Amino acid sequence: MSLYFTLRRISHMVLVLLGISILIFFLARILPGDPARLTLGPEATKEQVQNLRHQLGLDKPIYIQYYMFLKDLMRGKLGVSLITKRDVSKDLLQRFPATLELVCFAMTLAIIIGIPLGVESALHKDKFIDYFSRIFAFTGVSMPRFWLGIMLQLIFAYVLSLFPLTGRISGMPPRHITGLYILDSILTGNGRAFVDSLSHIILPATTLSLSPLAQITRLIRANMIEQLRKDYTIVSRIGGMPENLNIYKFMLKNAFMSTLTIIGLLFGWMLGNAFLVETVFSWPGIARYGVNSVLRKDFNAVIGVTLLVGFGYITVNFIVDLLYRYLDPRIRLRK
Amino acid sequence: MRTDEPILRIEDLAVYFKTIDGDAKVLDGVDISIHKGEVVALVGETGCGKSVTGKTILGSLPIPPAKIVRGRCFFKGKDLLSLDKDERREIISNNISYVPQDPMTSLNPVFTIGEQMLALIRWHGKKRAGLRAFLGRYNKRDDSWGKAIELLNKVKIPSPEMILNRYPVELSGGMRQRVLIAMSLIGNPSLLIADEPTTALDVTIQKGIIELIKEKVEEENLSVLYITHNLGVARKLSDRIYVMYAGNIVETAKTSELLDSPLHPYTQGLIKSIPKLTGEEFRGIDGRIPDYIYPPSGCRFHPRCDRAIEKCSMEKPKLLRIKDSHSVACHIYSYKEVTSVIDERSDITG
Repeated sequence: MSLYFTLRRISHMVLVLLGISILIFFLARILPGDPARLTLGPEATKEQVQNLRHQLGLDKPIYIQYYMFLKDLMRGKLGVSLITKRDVSKDLLQRFPATLELVCFAMTLAIIIGIPLGVESALHKDKFIDYFSRIFAFTGVSMPRFWLGIMLQLIFAYVLSLFPLTGRISGMPPRHITGLYILDSILTGNGRAFVDSLSHIILPATTLSLSPLAQITRLIRANMIEQLRKDYTIVSRIGGMPENLNIYKFMLKNAFMSTLTIIGLLFGWMLGNAFLVETVFSWPGIARYGVNSVLRKDFNAVIGVTLLVGFGYITVNFIVDLLYRYLDPRIRLRK
Repeated sequence: MRTDEPILRIEDLAVYFKTIDGDAKVLDGVDISIHKGEVVALVGETGCGKSVTGKTILGSLPIPPAKIVRGRCFFKGKDLLSLDKDERREIISNNISYVPQDPMTSLNPVFTIGEQMLALIRWHGKKRAGLRAFLGRYNKRDDSWGKAIELLNKVKIPSPEMILNRYPVELSGGMRQRVLIAMSLIGNPSLLIADEPTTALDVTIQKGIIELIKEKVEEENLSVLYITHNLGVARKLSDRIYVMYAGNIVETAKTSELLDSPLHPYTQGLIKSIPKLTGEEFRGIDGRIPDYIYPPSGCRFHPRCDRAIEKCSMEKPKLLRIKDSHSVACHIYSYKEVTSVIDERSDITG
């Protein structure tokens, strides 16, 4: 049953990716401006531009172009970037771990701070901690990301000198295993690189996590308040279940369930918003790369970034679905 | 009436609920006592305050909007209402247990029966659970596993080992109620409060659950407060009945006496309104339960009472003992001698 479910979901994912690829492929072609002319500059002759267009296949009908693009994609190629002159897939592979690390770290922060804050807020409704977390959540949602990033840089990097201003690591990166510096330095037992990369990631991750953190806090708070009124909560409380067990195991699992969907969506939000953070903190990730390619009409790179982000988004939501089935027997047992 | 101290004694309990329009005076001076080993039924219409009484004893009233205005609730000589939260919780979890109204919503849907029962057996009454409680699953070598099987056998659940691995959604309502009864026995309670435990179940299953409760009460020597709107259920189970109307106890007597010779006009109406299969004319009580924010003056029943006298709208009747263990709160009896009460009674039943 579960295998059937997994296979069905994977085939859905392939279809969605195909849809995304068609959409972004045609959009990238329709964008105004000639990529060949932009690449070669105003000095180039008509023949040179024509040659490059031929080389890139831009003189062929658009459906043929899409067919060729798909054929390349099957072999893991996304075409040459007009800026870096390298294969886009290589560029992405090099930059993606940086973004992945940033997003995962930010999400971890948001979850491990957001959940206890939301729970305590619900338990002490209309008390100090509740007001504090609600004001905090409100500020978190409404504060512009780039401004917050600059403020954090100003205070913690410039004035207090606690963290580095920009970049991902100052010294040598740890030996390449996954490309995630923090994970790699743990795996290789490289303490210096661990501290180095950790101190670099804290400010950008904080900037990126604040809004998701606020949303998770508010959702958990609302769900926990509902859980407090549930019959099973009252029954086990009267039965003498210790409060901490009742709250953090029996109620929280229920309250977490609907928050899980939002966490999946927030992942996608983070991938999109990473661009602002990566720009402010000079973080060498794909979001910044993607925006630069849009500005320079580097269409192969644009398509590559979009497909990768789309793939990430779909994968996260697939994992969320699997987790749902693991956590909620009512979904798992429905035939 | 017994002379020993009752296990539970509620005195002059008044509970109000804050609403936008003003205070809803839901309980207005309730007196109930339950002796050791006694099964007491609390009977009344929906919305008369039966469940609020139960919840007040169990300390599970939502405060606010509820507030306890006055009254005391002695359990084994200690006033539960004046204790602090932790002390009260400790006494309740070790002595009083609860069978809820709706088995469909009273078990946690995302944990197996085993996970819920074993956690309660293992950590019951503790202030905090250790880290082990949060991690991993339980296994069959645990003592608590054996105890859970024993409890499920007690409530006659077939193949208890299998049930422990099931989720609530996989069990029928009757099965869930059996599980909940098993869970209520975990702390070896001396008092059981059952809040309409059969209302949400099919009639055929109701019978089994009532018999099960009756059996457990005898086996475990429990005292019971059985909250119900069903006089038939009360007759089967209880030794004594309290009749409640709009937040007041209007009559109490031994079960057989109350059913054979009810005194209060409300109780009489209630008994008459039980549908019978013998083809007698079916009669109810006109009107509805009154507004709690602006309740009727004097006796709260007087607007619906066909025997009301002038005094009924001016003064609230006190619960007066008419006979051994038979008390009634009604002005029409306070004038008369006990002998005339008996004449009156033959009037009604004749």
